[in-house]
Amino acid sequence: MTRKITYVRAINEALHQILESDPKALLIGQGVTSPWYVGASTLGLIQKFGPERVIDTPVSENCTMGAAVGAALAGMHPIFVFPRMDFMYYALDQLANHAANWHYMFGRQLGVPLVVWTIINRGGEQAAQHSQALQALFAHIPGLKVVMPGTAYDAKGLLHASHQDGNPVIYIDERWLYQNEDDVPEEPYTVPIGKGVVREKGSDVTLAANSYMALKAIEAAKALAQDGISVEVIDLRSIKPLDETMLLKSIKKTGRLVIADGGWKSFGVSAELAALAAEEAFNHLKAPVLRIALPDTPAPASRTLEKTYYPDANRIASEIKAWLHKEPK
Amino acid sequence: MKQAAKPRRTGRSDVAPDVLLGMYRSMLRLRKFEEAIAERLKTPSEIVCPVHLYTGEEAVAVGVCANLRKEDFVFSTHRSHGHYLAKGGDMKSLAAELYGKTTGCSHGRGGSMHLAAPEYGLPGSSAIVAGTIPLAVGAALAFSVRKEDNVAVAFFGDGAANEGVFYESLNLAALRKLPVIFICENNLYSTHMPVASCLASTEIYRKAESFCMPGVRIDGNNVLKVFREAGRAIAAARLGEGPALIECLTYRWRGHVGPNYDLDKGLRSKEELDSWMTRCPIKNFEEFLAAQGLISTAEKEAVSREVDVEVAEAIAFARASPYPDSAEITRGVFR
Ligand SMILES: Cc1ncc(C[n+]2csc(CCOP(=O)(O)OP(=O)(O)O)c2C)c(N)n1
Ligand SMILES: [Mg+2]
Repeated sequence: MTRKITYVRAINEALHQILESDPKALLIGQGVTSPWYVGASTLGLIQKFGPERVIDTPVSENCTMGAAVGAALAGMHPIFVFPRMDFMYYALDQLANHAANWHYMFGRQLGVPLVVWTIINRGGEQAAQHSQALQALFAHIPGLKVVMPGTAYDAKGLLHASHQDGNPVIYIDERWLYQNEDDVPEEPYTVPIGKGVVREKGSDVTLAANSYMALKAIEAAKALAQDGISVEVIDLRSIKPLDETMLLKSIKKTGRLVIADGGWKSFGVSAELAALAAEEAFNHLKAPVLRIALPDTPAPASRTLEKTYYPDANRIASEIKAWLHKEPK
Repeated sequence: MKQAAKPRRTGRSDVAPDVLLGMYRSMLRLRKFEEAIAERLKTPSEIVCPVHLYTGEEAVAVGVCANLRKEDFVFSTHRSHGHYLAKGGDMKSLAAELYGKTTGCSHGRGGSMHLAAPEYGLPGSSAIVAGTIPLAVGAALAFSVRKEDNVAVAFFGDGAANEGVFYESLNLAALRKLPVIFICENNLYSTHMPVASCLASTEIYRKAESFCMPGVRIDGNNVLKVFREAGRAIAAARLGEGPALIECLTYRWRGHVGPNYDLDKGLRSKEELDSWMTRCPIKNFEEFLAAQGLISTAEKEAVSREVDVEVAEAIAFARASPYPDSAEITRGVFR
């Protein structure tokens, strides 16, 4: 049965189903037993599955991340949560040097079935250490997959898929999406990793985006339609692997690529997509690529700076308009 | 009430009266500033950044910093107002930072968790738990390389004692006998987690033993005890005798973040809060000073009035200051 539920409830439902159906699944991380710490996404889990499987940890990211990797090597299926991406740097060694390399470095003998669920939690003048969106950092590392659900439906389906994948998957959700509602089936289902989705069909411009920015991209496309500009919006859903087939098909159709990403601009997701277009669809491009992302600046606190820092739907639409204007006819 | 006559000011304490009265005023400044901020936080749009209040823990910052010189370094955490003010940071710039204004001590870029005043030995506070502990070790390394007798102080919570970098820092500091003082503010909680749910041994001061470093646990609500214990450690560090770990038992009155007391969240009891409120570091010290004949009611009232004015002026300054110009968004990534 399908009903409308919020993004955060969709995550919660997936966690209940995973812990229910897979005795090897564990939920580990800071705040998983707290009613509020991870935004109510873990409600009811401790009551139902107990402290053996729902493990609230001390503030020890380096060790606890490594412990989750070790548990995966020993046959468990841990889901490890970071209440904020910013706190992952302490754990980076265990992820990048250990989890990511293990399967390859030992000649495919052992996999690391691990979901690293991590939350983008920004805005509100929280500044540079409480606002980061690090999808590009993780996507750069061979051996890690990266997914970014933008809707409640994808939040649930991608969490199930990440859990079943058998590799280390970085599952990135976004607090700005938590209250958004969507039609979500009650029963478990998966959204395939590596597959994007066309959210709006269009013919003039391909606008590729992810997570919260995919939502803003749809709003921008609707606004641009009023001006007679037809925008095809692709929600990437997976950052790595990328749905290159879907992207290239659309780029070849429209001849124009815009990327809207919530991470930093340089060396980021938008750079990777631009490279894809240049390498694989160069002859189809009618215009240079347009990238809308965060400036190469740490997140500032003050509200006036935040307003400029984070692009919204208006910014996407107006940048696309200005860019189309510049184009040689 | 008559003005206190000068000779009465000898008291029974070995600490000079002006130092004692200075600590009293300093604690009152922290308390009154934060109580005013807590009030302002109830109007959501006025101060937006997350604010972690230090109310109830004032004796730790004040007792330690009363031993420090301007050139000594203090490294702080997400709960940083107390360290900043006690080390000499300007109250107006602090208020303006909370309001996100250009006149703030971090020019509106940092907010409450990121305060700096390098001219007063405050190189900055970090919101990454335990993030500044190794920085204090590094500052001490710089002092020791340059053969200066300055010290570096790392303030951090009980939660920070869960991070591996804390232990690595103790080791390096002890190994190289660096002039760094580790001040653990054990307020019994790390967000929603009581200290006993985090640490297999909750005697944080004893971690020092394994690194051949002196470690003590003291009543962090007794400013005189903090002053004396930190004073001993700091004096030793200045003489090249190496680091020390001081665990100060204390309690934050308000919730982890924001102005509320969070008694409805099932994390701590009203009885627990009440018992700590009766151990208010300021009230108890005030009683001590009165008993010693070091402060009269009239003097108390005068200090209180002066601090009220300072706090009101700081908030008025913050409110009247301009927000940063958004055209400057990318300025300052590099020097
Ligand atoms: C590396 C890292 N992990 C998690 C957090 C989230 N966090 C912020 S404050 C805090 C608790 C810190 O507790 P403690 O050190 O005791 O300081 P207190 O808040 O009690 O003063 C946590 C877990 C963080 N800021 N940094
Ligand atoms: Mg604490």
